[in-house]
Amino acid sequence: MGELKLMKGNEAIAEAAIRAGVDAYFGYPITPQSEVIEYLMAEQPEERTGMVVLQAESELAAINMVYGAAAAGKKVFTSSSSPGISLYQEGISYIAGAELPCVIANVVRGGPGLGTIQPSQADYFQSTKGGGHGDYKLYVLAPASVQEMADFIQLGFDIAYKYRNPVMIQSDGMIGQMMEKVELADQRPRWTDEEIKQMHDSWAAFGKGDHRERNIITSLDLDSAKQEKHNHHLQAKYRRMEEEEVLFEEINCEDAEYLIVAYGSSARISMKSIDLARAKGIKAGLFRPITLYPFPMKQLNAYVGKVKGILSVEMSAGQLIEDIKLAVECNVPVKHFGRYGGMIHSPEEVLTALENLIKGE
Amino acid sequence: MTEEIIIAGFGGQGVLSMGKILAYSGIMQNQEVSWMPSYGPEMRGGTANVTVIVSDDRISSPVLNFYDTAIILNQQSMDKFEKTVKPGGLLLYDPNGIIHHPQRKDIKIFKIEAAKLSAEMGNTKIFNMVVLGAYLKLKPIVKLENVIRGLKKSIPERYHKLIPMNESALTKGMENPVEVFLN
Amino acid sequence: MMDIKDIVKEENLVYTKTKLMTDNILSYCPGCGHGTAHRIVMEVIDELGLQSQTVGIAPVGCSVLAYDFMNIDMIQAAHGRAPAVATGVKRTMPDKYVFTYQGDGDLAAIGTAETIHVCNRGENITMIFINNGIYGMTGGQMAPTTLEGMKTSTSPYGRDLKSMGNPLKITELIAQLPGTYYVTRQAVHTPAAVRKTKKAVFKAFEVQKEKKGISFIEIVSNCNSGWKMSPVKSNEWMVEHMFPFYPMGDIKVDGELVKSNKAEVKS
Repeated sequence: MGELKLMKGNEAIAEAAIRAGVDAYFGYPITPQSEVIEYLMAEQPEERTGMVVLQAESELAAINMVYGAAAAGKKVFTSSSSPGISLYQEGISYIAGAELPCVIANVVRGGPGLGTIQPSQADYFQSTKGGGHGDYKLYVLAPASVQEMADFIQLGFDIAYKYRNPVMIQSDGMIGQMMEKVELADQRPRWTDEEIKQMHDSWAAFGKGDHRERNIITSLDLDSAKQEKHNHHLQAKYRRMEEEEVLFEEINCEDAEYLIVAYGSSARISMKSIDLARAKGIKAGLFRPITLYPFPMKQLNAYVGKVKGILSVEMSAGQLIEDIKLAVECNVPVKHFGRYGGMIHSPEEVLTALENLIKGE
Repeated sequence: MTEEIIIAGFGGQGVLSMGKILAYSGIMQNQEVSWMPSYGPEMRGGTANVTVIVSDDRISSPVLNFYDTAIILNQQSMDKFEKTVKPGGLLLYDPNGIIHHPQRKDIKIFKIEAAKLSAEMGNTKIFNMVVLGAYLKLKPIVKLENVIRGLKKSIPERYHKLIPMNESALTKGMENPVEVFLN
Repeated sequence: MMDIKDIVKEENLVYTKTKLMTDNILSYCPGCGHGTAHRIVMEVIDELGLQSQTVGIAPVGCSVLAYDFMNIDMIQAAHGRAPAVATGVKRTMPDKYVFTYQGDGDLAAIGTAETIHVCNRGENITMIFINNGIYGMTGGQMAPTTLEGMKTSTSPYGRDLKSMGNPLKITELIAQLPGTYYVTRQAVHTPAAVRKTKKAVFKAFEVQKEKKGISFIEIVSNCNSGWKMSPVKSNEWMVEHMFPFYPMGDIKVDGELVKSNKAEVKS
């Protein structure tokens, strides 16, 4: 058993990054996730593992530092919150286009604009449907606990390198700021230059030896036919992710007549609502997507014919519900319940919304 | 066992750290814990509150509307949280500065004179440990030895010399909760 | 009559293209200074034997396709962000050689913040800055370095300082920062200028080797297409108009501002 600690989600993700053998973190402070860079600076990972931590002059610079380090084959992590992630989008599109692996955490806050500093899930579309320009996908993980904040760092890098694709950890101010018990993984050594050469010599830009052609990191191809071919290659990669990398959790779903579908903080709150519903004799279950992209389409579709209704519970004004409807192909009534702009729904509010769904309201 | 607690008072009373020590104590005896502060603009307004959950099972919602226990340390928090105690639940408060005392008859109400006792002990900083001691007397969800272990984990090593004083504050608190009976 | 095969015989050659330039046909307009600047940088890396240790970064601009011509590991960056990308590369591989190759729109307009901050941090990188006073790639729009009265497609009646701002001497500006160690302004329009520029690039990589901070080389260049002139005419125009405003020579050497430039910066 690894070391047990009481940590904030933001601290856990930072500590997990050090322990995962990450080479560099670049970021810019923004509430409610500044604890990530504060923790890293205080921990002096340069001393612990040789990991580089740098506070950039802006989010634009931070994401491009990520691009540079990832291009060199280095394991690189960054974090920000909604307005900062909006500034990241250009860089993320380039990273996806150039097929660079990296892990990006978004500790979502209420919007639009400067919004609030309270928790929200209103960046679902941004994370799962593009965000930046062009046809690309991020692998999006939604932690629902401090433990998952820590665990998804290593999982994120595994996927990022398997597919050479950016990974987004979409958390929120609640998971970021709350403390829970977390079991920390043991320290992994950082890759040596020799290991990086062995693993990534076919693509990374760390200096061309005589044994190979030069490696070029780019998202540009002025020849549209070639660019289309590149897009086909990307799409094939995304289809493979959809087949092989879907993650989800089912709680009390076996005999459920009604389903709540929720992720992250909303899933945690809804777990309580399910208990309250069961205490009232309502056969309710919780279906929690862990990967927001790829969304568990088939797995949710399996409930068609089994459940009478689905409630989409999200701290956003109807974003998750679109994927739920696509999954069940309009064969099950789906209703939305959510609070916005930094408001968090209570377990009782969710229960009321579920009861309204049952009543057909 | 699942215990859902709200601790509420002024910033500076040690509300958040009391919650943190309680949560760490739970970890020391291998329980699940969550600690969810109110933060943001409220933090600067003077009041502070934290939801702590200690459970033998996986914890569902870390934010709640209703609690098994409310630990209340100022009047604003009394106004806000008295009504959130579940029927049959516990309300523990320090009467210091309280004008409108709790009125509910469907819950257990206890007082702890923590401000007075900690002043008598010559250190108002251990106020929150007196409160925590009183709470643990009423609801012994974690063992005292695990609270001490939790303390060691949650405060920097350079303050470990203060642990005996915290321990005597806990004991003082355990000795002094007074039940309030409403007619 | 001599056959071409006789001419290219080893003993007849007075010049060979460095193997660090690929055989791809340059995409630059005939007469443009980019090709020469590319060659100089690649020759220096070749002569220092640094091919296996160097990563180049070229962002958006005419030189966005530099990776087609420079036979080293290359990263293409977003518009203005090359200094940030270079920071990411250099910080994680401090013993490798890293350079950016940027134009004036990129380095002195959209990427100003990255330029200032990379210089202020004193990252151990080399920055090659091509200043031709215009946006060449997008078809001749006004650049931050466009001279007063100069006609471009977005200043068709000439740059009006009142409404369009002043031409920016970013090189003098960054020379003031403690993180810059070697700052110079050169050109590539004559064999003598090419020799001087090459010497400067050598020095820049030397500074990087010694981990002294930023080495920054501005190359004032022509854009005959953007300026709508013949190559020869554009070079004459450059000498006549660009050089007085962007004077040739060292601005900062060994971390110290060069005297003649100190006065100029103040005025």
